[in-house]
Amino acid sequence: MKSTALHDWHVARGAKMAAFAGYDMPISYPTGAVEEHLACRRSAGLFDIDHMGQFELSGPAADEYLSGLVSSAVLDMGGREARYALLLGDEGGVLDDLFVYRLPGRWWIVVNASNRESDLAWMRARAPSGARIEDRSDDTYMIAVQGPRALELLDRLSGGAASAVPRFSSCDLVIGGVPILFGRTGYTGEDGGELFFPAGSALAVWELLLAEGDRAGIETAPIGLAARDSLRFEAGMPLHGHELSPSINPIEAGFKWACDFSKDFVGKAALERIMAEGPARRLVCLEVSGGVPREGYEVLAASGEAATDPASRDALPSGPRVGRCVAGMYCPTVRKYATNAFVESVYSKTGTALGVAIRDKVRDATVVKRPLYVPAYRR
Amino acid sequence: MKIDAACKYRSTHEYARKDGSEIVIGISDHAQQSLGDIVFVELLEVGKEVKQGDPIGVVESVKAASDLYAPMSGKIVAVNDALQGDPSLVNKDCYGSGWLARIAPSAPAEWDGLLDAAAYEKEAGKA
Repeated sequence: MKSTALHDWHVARGAKMAAFAGYDMPISYPTGAVEEHLACRRSAGLFDIDHMGQFELSGPAADEYLSGLVSSAVLDMGGREARYALLLGDEGGVLDDLFVYRLPGRWWIVVNASNRESDLAWMRARAPSGARIEDRSDDTYMIAVQGPRALELLDRLSGGAASAVPRFSSCDLVIGGVPILFGRTGYTGEDGGELFFPAGSALAVWELLLAEGDRAGIETAPIGLAARDSLRFEAGMPLHGHELSPSINPIEAGFKWACDFSKDFVGKAALERIMAEGPARRLVCLEVSGGVPREGYEVLAASGEAATDPASRDALPSGPRVGRCVAGMYCPTVRKYATNAFVESVYSKTGTALGVAIRDKVRDATVVKRPLYVPAYRR
Repeated sequence: MKIDAACKYRSTHEYARKDGSEIVIGISDHAQQSLGDIVFVELLEVGKEVKQGDPIGVVESVKAASDLYAPMSGKIVAVNDALQGDPSLVNKDCYGSGWLARIAPSAPAEWDGLLDAAAYEKEAGKA
């Protein structure tokens, strides 16, 4: 198993560690995942996300190649813009979801840790001779700083450079003598940014951020992967392998907005077919009462007691199954139990009453508007 | 790891404590620490009869659901309703306000077979 440069720091802080995408990662610290989630929403959170992969794309054919490779429009991006993009297979399934940063003369592409090898192979197999793709993951460290006070913290260390960057853009800045590519992007629904810098400076940058938070009275908490998941879930952001996967297309998952049908891209024909027929299932968010809905749980057409056979309380609930949960949890900011589930399209309307089978009972579930927590950039 | 010396334990990390003729049950400090933040607690209804070792409910943490087992046989005479509003009481005060249920024991001699504090400490230390 691989580990990040901050592994020993996490262990020394008493973090619970577990395997994620081949890395031994901090899941939560002794304060607990719920408190970490709330600390990020009220002040600033630090995330060691070095498991994420980074590719650099350059060459005279790079722009056109990237445009044909990903679903989102990229050729219209300004000099330092950053944009969410999907990497689709020929049949329209989502191989990965990416963040693409336009830099002077090159593209910086952030990929999910578990898809790094397969993305690289897929991209290289389709690259023309004028486009060069380098895997920069090993020499690049990645830390996210997120929360309503994140920019204030970063500004103190960068001479105000962080907050001068518009949302969904990047800049080069220096923190503690370390050159950093700073993207005003993130995965929590809060303002802040993501830092890319030479891997050897990981501990120095991490400790500098914590020390500055301390000095300035800006509560700055390390956040594990459990709270990273609940933060992104509340903010309506997908996690590849759950809301998106090679067997899920962007139309049914609600990501048509990330597909530019005015250009050509891999998977476009398949998506146009799917749209013409109408997707058979759709991703919905369900608020659930009476238990924690989790990945794999079944969604039933009938709600609550109606679907629980009173004669056999221990038997699995009866009733037509209309979907399945792909992620679900307790959401600390909105204080609700919720799940994202794919359900037959006819049941996907907001307000539809459904049930989720939790152990031996069917619990009431209602289709609600996503996201549960409106991200800072949409307020 | 805090161990309440007045309690007895099962190796599945439930505790039992005598309170008059009744038994207060909950999960140990070791258990709440290993589970992490508790976000939901489900318990059998008051009036149910259970045997020692029967499932009596579920404690859900951020990442997983764990079954609870009755440390002693008896009738459930009370459950801690405060946990519906604030399940984190189990994390904050597992031996006090984070108790789970009260049982009127039907086989009081089972008490003698439970692990005492020292034996449980040894057992939990292995996990």
